[in-house]
Amino acid sequence: MLTDLTISELGARFRSGEATSTEATRAYLARVDALDSELRAFLTVTREQALAQAADADARFRAGQPLGPLDGVPVALKDVLCTRGVRTTCGSKILEHFVPPYDATAVTRLLDAGAVLLGKLNMDEFAMGSSTEHSAFFPTRNPWDLDRVPGGSSGGAAAAVAARLAAATLGTDTGGSIRQPAAFCGTVGFKPTYGRVSRYGLIAFASSLDQIGPFTRSVEDAALVLGTIAGVDPMDSTSVDVPVPDYRADLARGIEGLRIGIPAEYFIDGMDPEVETGVRAAIATLERLGARTEPVSLPHTEYGLAAYYLIAPAEASSNLARYDGVKYGLRSPGGKDLIDMYSRTRAAGFGDEVKRRVMLGTYALSAGYYDAYYGQAQRVRTLLARDFAQAFERVDVIAAPTTPGVAFKFGERAEPLQMYLNDIFAVPVNLAGLPGVSVPAGFTAGGLPIGLQLIGRAFDEATLLRTAHAYEQATEWRARKPALGADR
Amino acid sequence: MSAETTYETVIGLEVHAQLSTATKMFCGCSTAFGAAPNTQTCPVCQGMPGSLPVINHRAIEFGIKTALALGCRVNAANRFARKHYYYPDMPKNYQISQYEEPLAEDGRLAIAPGDASREIGIQRLHLEEDVGKLVHEGTLETATASHVDYNRAGVPLMEIVSRPDLRSPDEAAAYLRALRAILVYLGVCDGNMEEGSLRCDANVSLRPRGQEALGTKIEIKNMNSFKNVQHALEYEVRRQTQALASGQRLAQETRLWDPDAGRTVSMRSKEYAHDYRYFPEPDLPPLDVPPRWVEDIRAGLPELPAAKRERFAHAYGLSAYDADLLTQGRGLAEYFEEATRAHGNAKTVANWVLNELLRELPGDDDTAVAACPIPPAHLVGLLRLIDDGTISGRIAKDVFEKMYRSGEPAEAIVRREGLTQVADAGELGGVVERVLAEHPKVVADFGAGKKAALGFLVGQVMKATGGRANPAVVNALLAEKLTKT
Repeated sequence: MLTDLTISELGARFRSGEATSTEATRAYLARVDALDSELRAFLTVTREQALAQAADADARFRAGQPLGPLDGVPVALKDVLCTRGVRTTCGSKILEHFVPPYDATAVTRLLDAGAVLLGKLNMDEFAMGSSTEHSAFFPTRNPWDLDRVPGGSSGGAAAAVAARLAAATLGTDTGGSIRQPAAFCGTVGFKPTYGRVSRYGLIAFASSLDQIGPFTRSVEDAALVLGTIAGVDPMDSTSVDVPVPDYRADLARGIEGLRIGIPAEYFIDGMDPEVETGVRAAIATLERLGARTEPVSLPHTEYGLAAYYLIAPAEASSNLARYDGVKYGLRSPGGKDLIDMYSRTRAAGFGDEVKRRVMLGTYALSAGYYDAYYGQAQRVRTLLARDFAQAFERVDVIAAPTTPGVAFKFGERAEPLQMYLNDIFAVPVNLAGLPGVSVPAGFTAGGLPIGLQLIGRAFDEATLLRTAHAYEQATEWRARKPALGADR
Repeated sequence: MSAETTYETVIGLEVHAQLSTATKMFCGCSTAFGAAPNTQTCPVCQGMPGSLPVINHRAIEFGIKTALALGCRVNAANRFARKHYYYPDMPKNYQISQYEEPLAEDGRLAIAPGDASREIGIQRLHLEEDVGKLVHEGTLETATASHVDYNRAGVPLMEIVSRPDLRSPDEAAAYLRALRAILVYLGVCDGNMEEGSLRCDANVSLRPRGQEALGTKIEIKNMNSFKNVQHALEYEVRRQTQALASGQRLAQETRLWDPDAGRTVSMRSKEYAHDYRYFPEPDLPPLDVPPRWVEDIRAGLPELPAAKRERFAHAYGLSAYDADLLTQGRGLAEYFEEATRAHGNAKTVANWVLNELLRELPGDDDTAVAACPIPPAHLVGLLRLIDDGTISGRIAKDVFEKMYRSGEPAEAIVRREGLTQVADAGELGGVVERVLAEHPKVVADFGAGKKAALGFLVGQVMKATGGRANPAVVNALLAEKLTKT
């Protein structure tokens, strides 16, 4: 089936004429039609646009002038990325009918590479959450177990790739929002170095942490998508001008002699023993492949979550101030004056989790509290970055679990703190601005995916991809597919 | 002792200058004034989701220029910060400004109110973005609808904060004039207060003379002309003096100047003061200002008003007052110097520029001077016609007006209209005879010792010749004829 192929396999078929982009696009749209009423990964399906783009790609292949490895490949985007002329909700009522007049830079780069846009994917509102239960519209289900969450906030993007509703998707990772759902759904999820991919057109949650990255079914595909969207952008002053290597070229070099650090702080009491077993087995596999492992210490890890829940809400409270009913998006009627209009609009437009974080952040930035909260959190951030820097003096890559547990059931983490703990191994990477990837590392006895997290030096995505690829090629995990629809 | 002598006035000014860059502070939109509403906007300056700011380096350069002219220390690393408050004219509900790490700090500005020269401290200079403009249908209180124009949103603003060193409304006005002259000289701001490209807020407090600690600070806003600044401050000093003299305590507050009523009115008290929740702008990395850049900008600084004023007074022997007027704008100063170089007599040129030229020009700013229909060479041409006796000073003033209207050189007008001065005694003799014949009574009065009668007769001759007669020759002729009779 075309929908089971990786991007590179699909590209080979397009070039040989064995398949067309239109056929692949129709096949994916057919799966969306058949399965998504149950999975609910998509918020918007851009059927006509997709078929038109596929026809253009086919014309290029017929003329012998394809644009590159992504030409004609059907992809979908987390609904946090602005798409010109296609509504972009950010999973929120307040932007339910918002149609941006511009594309995010990462989207432009995908489209310029010939990718076909199937639609926009569900997410926790404003990317705040770890289960997609905070979407203002509906929750997305985990393809491996429909009673469980796909993770979040990029739950739709992870579920769509796992369920073969798209060849690849883009998500965003502020505090684990790519790696955690990738682990829950058994896909590759790559969070690049902060500054590697332009944030222009990414609807901001926490500006100093947000990064865009791919969900794919193979590491090679992640390398292809990352190579397409990465690189400095004059529209984003925080993007960094570091040359983007050909990530795919280096993949097969192997990991003989690679030094891998294992942080004790990432194997904690209370984590799911099956996850620990799975990750330890994955580390053993890496050793068999020639890597040398050694313990490393990241002593400030335990403060990561607290620092994250000050910095991210503080920035969010500022970034979300613009949704006020004046210019675009929802405006609640009946306001008796300006302040009343603001209050009604924001009360109706934002969900509880967003309100919680806006209030947390507003408090943390208030005069008199700034130093104790935001200032202190920034100091923790510096210490976390130093932990990693010291570890990377001795090792090339750090290996750890992506999450302490596997996908949980809907409603199981109703307590906000319970939910936040999901990202305990993810947020230090964001706070330090480093690249991280979650790779499928097997399944629990109950058939739920486990994620291995690999963390790298800033802008050394190539080593991470090479390590992840070596592991993936040495295991059979990616052959397994979730049973959905008629397959069940 | 009266209340005025018991208290000392303490004023600090916060000046906002719109920078005259072609594009906005954080996007590429035009800053041109007067376009149709919301036509000079983009996702960035409309604060759309996902848009990001990019620093306009030209604005930074303008800020550094000004900082150097004010003797400030330019910070090598400086940061932008977000300042939060909700208002519909601000697209993001935060303003990108600078807070803890401004572009420059610790400068000074010399002012010369009356005869004394004083140095006023500059606390800080920083850059930020302007907000949009609200248009209400009706008044703010009764409007049924309000519209917002974001053309101005994102235009670069430079805020210059003085230390509380000003001691009177006069000093405040002098400070503002001196600061405006510098901004205009540097070409970083057009200095137009009425159009809002230069805005001023004041902090005013009074303290018992001899006391070190500052009194209760009152902020005054909405003073959109030099005159308003001075009047508002005078009013506020009077109000506070009376309040303190009658034993009242002043509360820290913000007051608005109402120019029609001629008084300040309370806007908000300190309890309602905003908590702006400043934090470093995460969308912009810290901005490095390498010393090399600063030195390049310093090397390119023009001669500043104070130095030019000094030089004009010395080199051209002008009064301090004339030198000050001539150096308000760089364009006017250059006009004066070019004309003086060509003509030679600085005082004569200064008189013509300050009296005749400024009477005709719509202002003394560079735009007005650049659009002046009389170039310096034409003014010099006119002055030469006076010098060589071709026309009289009186005729010259008429010719000047015609030059201003037509843009023609003086020679052309004088030739075409036959305005050449008549100094020929033979030609004038006949006119003198006729005038004497027509006014026998005046002639008799003169004979009876009424010397003033001569002036009347000179006037009649001038009138009869259309002002072209050489006054000295007419005087001599009349004197000769009158003594004969």
